[in-house]
Amino acid sequence: MAGHDRSSDSEKQQRKIKSVRKMKEIMTNYYIEAKSAGQNNRKVAWITSGGPVEPLIAMDVIPVYPENHGAMIGASKMGPDLCEKSEIMGYSSDLCSYARTDIACGPIDGGPIGGLPRPDMLVCCNNICGTVLKWYEVQARYYGVPLFILDTPFCHERLSTEAIKYVSSQIQEYIVFLEKHCGKKFDYDKMEDVGRLSLEAQRLWQAVLDTTVNRPAPMSAFDAFFHLALIVTLRGTRIAVDYYRQLLDEMNQRVDRGISAVPNEKYRLLWDNLPIWFRTRWLSEKFSAHDACLVADTYTTAWCRSLKYIDPSDFIRSMAESYSMIYLNIGVDQMADMIIEMIDKYDVDGFVMHSNRSCKPYSLGQYDIRRIIQEKTGIPVLMIEADMVDSRSFSESQIETRIDAFMEVLKVNE
Amino acid sequence: MITAGIDVGSISAKAAVIKAGVLLGTRVILTGYHAGRAGKEVFERLLTQLEINPNDIKQRVATGYGRNSVNFADKTVTEITCHAAGAHFLNPEIRSVIDIGGQDSKAIVMDGTGRVLDFAMNDKCAAGTGRFLEVMARALEVDLDGFGDLSLQAEHPASISSLCTVFAESEVISLIARGEKRRNIIAGIHESVASRVMAMAHRIGVKNPVMMTGGVARNIGVVKAIENKIGGHVVVSTKAQVTGAIGAALIAARQ
Repeated sequence: MAGHDRSSDSEKQQRKIKSVRKMKEIMTNYYIEAKSAGQNNRKVAWITSGGPVEPLIAMDVIPVYPENHGAMIGASKMGPDLCEKSEIMGYSSDLCSYARTDIACGPIDGGPIGGLPRPDMLVCCNNICGTVLKWYEVQARYYGVPLFILDTPFCHERLSTEAIKYVSSQIQEYIVFLEKHCGKKFDYDKMEDVGRLSLEAQRLWQAVLDTTVNRPAPMSAFDAFFHLALIVTLRGTRIAVDYYRQLLDEMNQRVDRGISAVPNEKYRLLWDNLPIWFRTRWLSEKFSAHDACLVADTYTTAWCRSLKYIDPSDFIRSMAESYSMIYLNIGVDQMADMIIEMIDKYDVDGFVMHSNRSCKPYSLGQYDIRRIIQEKTGIPVLMIEADMVDSRSFSESQIETRIDAFMEVLKVNE
Repeated sequence: MITAGIDVGSISAKAAVIKAGVLLGTRVILTGYHAGRAGKEVFERLLTQLEINPNDIKQRVATGYGRNSVNFADKTVTEITCHAAGAHFLNPEIRSVIDIGGQDSKAIVMDGTGRVLDFAMNDKCAAGTGRFLEVMARALEVDLDGFGDLSLQAEHPASISSLCTVFAESEVISLIARGEKRRNIIAGIHESVASRVMAMAHRIGVKNPVMMTGGVARNIGVVKAIENKIGGHVVVSTKAQVTGAIGAALIAARQ
């Protein structure tokens, strides 16, 4: 029967990713810097996870991500309490749990780090969802700070010239917004450096994720969920580039030495949607007990998927396209194509879809995608219903049965 | 070789014993508070009934929600795999199983050997399950065993649209207050269960012939409502409630 960890303590030690320590140190420093920004005469901007952060870095504004905060709240298992607080404030339990917990943290300095640093401005890009518009409007009113909205039209099949023009003109307005609220001219030379660093970090992140094409995979999606934080928060800085270079080295060494994420990798799975932050360990152990490794996911690749649209010689100009064409802003057929590409690339045996009660744009097309994937690849697909932060929407015994049954199907197919 | 299957569900615990591909007997008891104890008890009672010495049982497979509490089992297998194996044993023609149990419902599509090709389970909600019917029986003050026959006498099934058991119960209570006939309300309840389950089954492309398993298959009203949705016959075995246990015993024989 699966369920026993057959590896010894020294093996377990060897399996641990060493860069984790460095990563924790970077994130701690980042939050200390952001929290003390006011004392150092630096400005803080809150920005959505898919938002164009590079101009902020070029203007020396510290970007802070309520969504990263939401993930930390989820991982610290503080979700249900904060969700309830937001519901007391009058927000519906059907709203996104990132939005609910972030809004609840404001008045009480709640959450694992005692609340986010106060913003001087807010930057909201709706390429990831529509909820962010209202969420950021609520926060702009609450903190009494200016809000910039970058509206990226949905790309059903392709981005029209008009749409590119429309987004480009907003990028120009974004720069004007930053000049006004930072009280200084935009530094285009610095922007060029930041753009280069952003591109480099994205390439490195893609390279890190691609090390899992190896058998056994040196890392799993659960590791990617953790190491993702820098490509989201510090994209465009030297820190992110240096870190991912170090992580890539470590992964390549693990590949050379045959160190795997899962002790006896037999089955390779692909994960869809955000992590279930409060249950990553449980899920990781659950799959590992079945000798299954989640070798890739559609979520963490979202921060390097627009690489092909970035023009290093004119980053600002190519931003319209690269920020409009992200995973959650494209049609279901294109999403399915990307997933099939990943199934081939990472040589995947099964597909696990998290139907995330919070994230409507991610979860809406899942049944269609599931059908397309099954028709075109024939691999088994598992659907689990949960939430990224609100553990009240998680039923352990039901999810356990589904995973066990799914693995029984995979094992019989062998 | 003699093998046993123990299926501990949320409402009832079932056991089956198989010898060389022949079903020797089955037994059903209520699960009650202690799932592990219920599993042991139903197993022991069945062995006493069949006059079989526990030592003669070579392999025991546990399934169902309480499968991990059955500490004398040699192996645990999910009810998805067990229901498919059990249904294939009862009728090898079957290609889909609709299992409505106490706290969940599932649809399974399988191949000609009883191997699971795909499955779907209800989300975390009691609507469309045996528990849903129990709640309704209480509100209607009707014994659940009488549900099936009563519903067949309905003139016009009442409409019950809520997706939530608690809200559906309120709907039923308003229907009672309006003086709607019991039989029509019950037929409406069956309609509602069938709609929910079939929406799930269609997602995985249910294939004919279809067998219904699980305790709710004993309710002719739900079976008829599902047949109406499928537009064809649904096979119901007299062993519907113990199909999972039979499957578990068969899988035990493969070990």
